[in-house]
Amino acid sequence: MIKKNNLKNLIVPIFALFLALLVSALIMLLSGYNPITAYAVIFKGALGSKTGICNSLVQATPLIFTGLAFMVAKKATLINLGVEGQLYVGALVGALVGTVDFHVPFIIHILLVMISGMIAGGLAGLFIGWLKVRFGSNEVITTMMTNFIIINFTSYLVTYPLKAEGPTAQSERMLPTALLPKLFAKTQLTWGIIIVVVIAILIKIFIDKTKMGYEIKAVGHNKRAAQTAGIKVGHVILFSMFLSGAIAGLGGAVQVMSVNRRFIAGFSADYGFGGISVAALANDSALGIIISGFIFGLLRNGAKYLNMTSRIPTEFVSVVQALVVLFVAAPLMIEKILNIFKKKKEIK
Amino acid sequence: MIRTIEMKNIIKQFPLVRAVDNVSFMIKAGEIHSLLGENGAGKTCLMKILYGMLNSEKGTIKINGKVVQIKNPKMAIDLGIGMVHQHFMLTPVMTITENIIVNNEPLYKKGLFVDYTRARKQVQELIDKYNFNIDANAYVKDLSVGEQQRVEILKAIYRGAKILILDEPTAVLTPQEVGELFTIMRQLKEAGTGIVIITHKLKETLEIADCISVLRDGKMIRHRETLENLNEKILAEMMVGREVELNIRADESNMGEPYFFVNNCNLKNDGRDILTDINFEIRKGEILGIAGIEGNGQTELIEILTGLRKATSIKIMKGEIEIKGQSSDFLRAKIGHIPEDRLDRGLIAQMTIEENFILGYHNLSQYVKHGFLNLKNSKENTLKAIRAYKIKTPNEKEVVSSLSGGNQQKVVVARVVSQNPDVLIVAQPTRGVDVGAMEYIHKQILKLKKEHKTILLISADLEEVYDLSDRIAVIYNGKINYILDKNKTNQLELGLLMTGGTLND
Repeated sequence: MIKKNNLKNLIVPIFALFLALLVSALIMLLSGYNPITAYAVIFKGALGSKTGICNSLVQATPLIFTGLAFMVAKKATLINLGVEGQLYVGALVGALVGTVDFHVPFIIHILLVMISGMIAGGLAGLFIGWLKVRFGSNEVITTMMTNFIIINFTSYLVTYPLKAEGPTAQSERMLPTALLPKLFAKTQLTWGIIIVVVIAILIKIFIDKTKMGYEIKAVGHNKRAAQTAGIKVGHVILFSMFLSGAIAGLGGAVQVMSVNRRFIAGFSADYGFGGISVAALANDSALGIIISGFIFGLLRNGAKYLNMTSRIPTEFVSVVQALVVLFVAAPLMIEKILNIFKKKKEIK
Repeated sequence: MIRTIEMKNIIKQFPLVRAVDNVSFMIKAGEIHSLLGENGAGKTCLMKILYGMLNSEKGTIKINGKVVQIKNPKMAIDLGIGMVHQHFMLTPVMTITENIIVNNEPLYKKGLFVDYTRARKQVQELIDKYNFNIDANAYVKDLSVGEQQRVEILKAIYRGAKILILDEPTAVLTPQEVGELFTIMRQLKEAGTGIVIITHKLKETLEIADCISVLRDGKMIRHRETLENLNEKILAEMMVGREVELNIRADESNMGEPYFFVNNCNLKNDGRDILTDINFEIRKGEILGIAGIEGNGQTELIEILTGLRKATSIKIMKGEIEIKGQSSDFLRAKIGHIPEDRLDRGLIAQMTIEENFILGYHNLSQYVKHGFLNLKNSKENTLKAIRAYKIKTPNEKEVVSSLSGGNQQKVVVARVVSQNPDVLIVAQPTRGVDVGAMEYIHKQILKLKKEHKTILLISADLEEVYDLSDRIAVIYNGKINYILDKNKTNQLELGLLMTGGTLND
C-alpha cells in the first residue's frame, strides 16, 4: 500500500514534466519553430559538457534553497510567497558581513556569512509569522507586500549609502576569505551545491524524525486537534516561518558567496517564485526538491544556449516551467489521463 | 412510477477489501426498509451503487422488473431515486428555494431567466403538503441541523424521488428532531414513497421500520425480515455475529473520596451567559454523567475543563492541586480528554495511526528524546493498541481517514487510556460508531472506573449517560440545576429536565 503510494507520487510529476515538454513542443511548432532543435540545444547545452552540467548545478542551487524554504512553511499550511524577499535580505546581510575582515580563518568567515544570512532571512520570515499570530493577517498578502519593500529597500541601500565605486548599483566586493571555494576551476560551481544537498537531508530528518517537525505537520493538517493535544499553535507558526525565512536567507548568502561576490541590486532571477515551482514538482518532498531543482536549473541554463545558437526565444523555457506547474497542480487530470492508458491496455 | 427496485448479485471490490459481496436487495414503494450493519459492513457502499455514485463490478439493478443502468447520480435522480447523505450538500448563503431548485430551475417561457416566483410557490406547496414547517425564503445558514435535513429530503422529493435513501439520518439529530423526522418519514410512506434508512441505532429501527435487512462484512445476512420476534439484542447479534452486551451497567460499589472539584464556573460571551455557576465534584471510581440536549453549554464546559477555553471564573481542583493553564498543562496533570468530535479535535485525519497515537503525549519521555521522536516506542505501543482494541487496519502506517468511524474512535480511546489518566473527560464517546465498537468503548470506560479513575461523561445519548453513570447532572441553558442519583431517577424524568422542566418536590 505504502509502496504503491510512493510510486504514484513519482509517476504524477514525471508524467506532468513530459506533458509540459510535449505541449511546449506543440506551441513551438505552431509558432513556426522546430521543437526538436530547441530541445536538442537545451539538453545538449545543459548536459552535454562538464561546463554545461556545472552551470546547470549553479542555476539549481538557489532554486533548491527556495524550494526547501517554501516547502517547510507549507508543511504548516503557510504559503510563504516572501521567499524572494527573504533571499534578498540574506544575500545583502551576507554580502556585508563578507566585506568585513574579522582576521579569522576562511572557514570561520564563511560560517559567519552563512549564519548571518540565515538569521537575517529568518527574522524577515519571523516578522510575517508574528503579524499572522498577533493580528491574524494573511501571510500571502503580507509576504507579497513586504517583498516589494525589501527588494526596493535593498536596491536603495546599494544605490546610495552602501554603493561601491563604479557605474552599477552594488555593494563592495566581498573578501576572498568570505567566498565559497570552487569545486572545479573555471566554473562558478562551488561548495554551495554540497551545502544545499546537506540542508535538504537535514530538513528531511527534521520533518520526519523530530518532535518539532511532528508538531509542524500536526498544525498544518488540523490546528484544532493540535491545540487540543497541547501544541502551542502560535509558537509553531512562528518557528516554521523563521525556519522558512532562514533557509531562503541562507540561499541568498550562498548565492553571493558563490556567484555574485557582492550584493547587486535586483540580482535574483525570480529564484523565490521559481522555488514554488520546484516544491510543487517535488510534491513537497525534501529529497525530491533536489531533483526537481536540478531539472529547473537545467532548463534555465539550457535557455542561455538557446539564445546563443538559434532564433528561438528563451521565453519558451518559461512556458515549459509554467506548464509543469500547471500539470502538477492538477494531479487528478494526470490520473485520469493515466487511467485512459490503463483501460486501453485492459481492453487489449 | 416505481413499484419495486431489485439489486441482484451486486459485487463491489476495492483494492484491499470486497466491500459488497454478491448482495441482493429489494425495496418496495410505500415501505420503510432499515438497512443495518456495523461500520464498514457495506451499507453505504451498496446504497451508493444504487444512487450511481459508485459503479459495481458485477450485478444488475431492476426497476419494476426491467433492467436499468445507473452510472451516475443524475441517472438515478432521473429514475426517481434520491439520497440524503450524512453530510449535507447545501449552500448556506442561499435560500431554501434556491438550494432546492438547483439544476432543476423552473424558467420563464423559453427564457433564460429563472422564474423564482413559480419556484417559491412550488417549494412552499411541497413544504405545506408534508408539514415540513420551514419557510421557503429562509436562508439555509439560519436553519437548525434538523431543518437542513428536511431541506435535503425536500430537494430529493422536488426532483421526483419515489425511492429515498437516508444515510444515517439520525446521527446528527437531537431526540426531538428524530421524532419530527420520523413523522415526516411516515407521511412520505403514506404518499407511496419507499424509504431506505441506513442506521446502526437499533431502537430507532424497531420504532420506524417495516422490515429490516442486515449486512455483515459485505454479505447480506438477513433480507426483508419483518419486525415480529425481533428485539435490540437479536438485531445487535445479527449485525456483529456474536453475542453482544447492550446496556452495560455501571457497578456502583467501590467508590473512593471526592477527587475532582469544579467550583463557581461561569462563562460570558458577548454579554451573554453561556455557563452560569456550575459546581460539582466527582469521587474516585465514580462516573458523573452530564445529560442535556446539545447546545446547552456542554461544548464550552468541555473546553474549559480541558484547558482549551478560558472561563470568566472557575476553580478546578484535582485532589489538593489546583489545575489551570493551557491544554498542555491539563494533559500534564493527567487529565485525559476524549473530544466530542474525533475528526475535529481528536485526530489528524491525514496523519497515520501511529502519529495520531502519540498526539498530545509526544512530549513525554517515552516518545521523545533530545528533540527526536522515539519512533521505536511509538510503533510498538501503537501495534499493541491495534491488537488490544482490535482496530481494523492493515498496519500502523495507515492514515486515520481511511479507517471507519468506530475504528477511528478506538484510536482516540486507546491513546487516552494507554496514558493512564487520573481524571477522564469523555465527550460523546460512541457517536456514530457501531454496536460492536460501542460495547468495547463502554467496557473500557467501566474498566477505568474499576481502576478508581475519576470520570466525567458528557453525551447527548441519554441512554448512554443513564447506563454508565453513577450520578447524573442535567444541563439546561448553561445551568446545572439537578444532580441526581441514578437509582433515584429514570430516563423519562431526565428527559423532562433536559428540556427545561422542573421537579416539584
